Amino acid sequence: MISVNNLTKMFGDFKAVDGISFDVAKGEIFGFLGANGAGKTTAIRILCGLSKATSGSGHVAGCDIITQSEDIKRNIGYMCQKFSLYEDLTVWENMELYGGIYGMKTKDVHLRAEQLLKEVDFYEHRNDLVKSIPTGWRQKLAFTVANIHSPKVIFLDEPTGGVDPLTRRQFWSMIRKTAAEGTTVFVTTHYMDEAEYCDRVSIMVDGKIMALDTPAALIEKFGVSSMDEVFRNLARNAVRNE
Amino acid sequence: MGVLRTLIIKEIRQFRRNPFMPKLVVMFPLMLILVMPWIATMDVKGINVGIADYDRSDISQKIVSRIDASEYLELKGMFADYPSALAELEDGKIDLILEIPAGFGKSMMGTPEKVSIWANGVNAMKGSLGSQYLMQTLLKCFQDIRASRGLSIPESTIETVNFYNPTMDYKHYMIPAIIIMLLVMVGGFLPAINLVMEKELGTIEQINVSPVNRFAFTLSKLIPFWIICLIDLGICMVLAWLVYGLDVAGSIWAILLAAALFIMVISSIGVILANLSETMQQTMFLMLFIILTFILMSGLYTPVESMPLWAQKLAFCLPPTYMVELMRAVYLKGATISDLWINYVALGGFAVLFGVLAAITYKKRG
Repeated sequence: MISVNNLTKMFGDFKAVDGISFDVAKGEIFGFLGANGAGKTTAIRILCGLSKATSGSGHVAGCDIITQSEDIKRNIGYMCQKFSLYEDLTVWENMELYGGIYGMKTKDVHLRAEQLLKEVDFYEHRNDLVKSIPTGWRQKLAFTVANIHSPKVIFLDEPTGGVDPLTRRQFWSMIRKTAAEGTTVFVTTHYMDEAEYCDRVSIMVDGKIMALDTPAALIEKFGVSSMDEVFRNLARNAVRNE
Repeated sequence: MGVLRTLIIKEIRQFRRNPFMPKLVVMFPLMLILVMPWIATMDVKGINVGIADYDRSDISQKIVSRIDASEYLELKGMFADYPSALAELEDGKIDLILEIPAGFGKSMMGTPEKVSIWANGVNAMKGSLGSQYLMQTLLKCFQDIRASRGLSIPESTIETVNFYNPTMDYKHYMIPAIIIMLLVMVGGFLPAINLVMEKELGTIEQINVSPVNRFAFTLSKLIPFWIICLIDLGICMVLAWLVYGLDVAGSIWAILLAAALFIMVISSIGVILANLSETMQQTMFLMLFIILTFILMSGLYTPVESMPLWAQKLAFCLPPTYMVELMRAVYLKGATISDLWINYVALGGFAVLFGVLAAITYKKRG
């Protein structure tokens, strides 16, 4: 579903993303880990067609990331690191807006929105203004909105930042349910317990992918007992410090 | 079309929920039309006159009382001689000195002596208009005096008749200009603020990652403010008629068509500037610079014809120049669309040019 080959992004002399390559299969939950400033968000933005790669190639949902960025956008959902739903619109209005933007018929938007909101027990709050909703719920809503048009791939950039443990757990059950329905989920996180929910994870250090495997295989390879220690082993050698 | 409709519905919902905007777009035209015409007037009133009267005859007394009675001139003091009057002028207490030479009254019967007017030119407008008013007042006064003594009235009197703005009411001249200023402010600033706010809040990221067409998105920023501007235009025109009795001499449709094109131009410029900048400060600074240039160079306040040639050439590259000329011609002179077809074509051309530029400068992929 995603395949990337030697992807590089330069900002001036600075290599934010340094020749990364990987493949993600359909329905997979792919954890994209890395310390702050490792280049995760830059890489995600290239895959979503928000930023141009300096070199390298790749495909997302069958479309070329260099030449077909607008076609990619039709097939993906993206949840930004910074909360970016319209706070002065209601939950329902945000869903109508994004459903409409992806060319869905109003009737279909309403059906899908009702189904998704009922799944997270938020249907009765559909007419609340987004600005009045607490952080944990906002993140769940942002995910729901990113999923409104049934995309082939969903990119989640630190979706659980600042979210309490209970809501995080609920959030991950949403992710797993979505993946079980055949949607590929590409997720970045700082929480290593979350990394263990992923089918496979990659760990980025200083713009390069230093490790890529299933969590269990990585733990075994590094001879440690948890993903947390795997991450610390790798991130310790980082030069970039932000 | 469905996407554009969705986006416009979103803009309208946000606008209605904004605690400030709906009030602003109603208050703004009210303020401008009710207050500004009284201020933006070029009638100079309250010109302070000092008289150095060396003559002290009944004639000079008549002149003094005539000046005292004038609506525009204000008699500030009588002086024994010119130097003491000059001292007052230098202090800024008076704007004009009228010097009546000794024996002036007597000379009226034969070849009159010359009276002198001295004006403070620091405020050029006040100085030149003031001395003109004073001259007219004197001329009238002399004519009356000669007539009362059965003498012939000098024939060299010039009489001016004003067409198109018969009452010479400066408010009437300024109202079309004030309406244009309103369109520039509302039509230029609001879309720019709206768009750059989306950048600052980060909501535009979610739009950029969607397959939305850049023309549809740009239009969704232009159309709502285009409607608001036309409503504001309506408010202004009705108020101008109710409060100042200013009716459109030409056709209302001629004004609406021009405004429709002009708003598109101005709003597109606002969107372009917002596209090119990252923060509110950048947008606002660029916008202020452009609007100031428009207001000063378009003939809104000072006629384009009296600018140096290079500035005239520049003025004809600016969209508002065509609008200012057009609005005054339709509003005061009753010109028609076919009289002003060049202006309409120019505005239409600018609308297409800037509209396309607005869509092109919107980059979904940084």
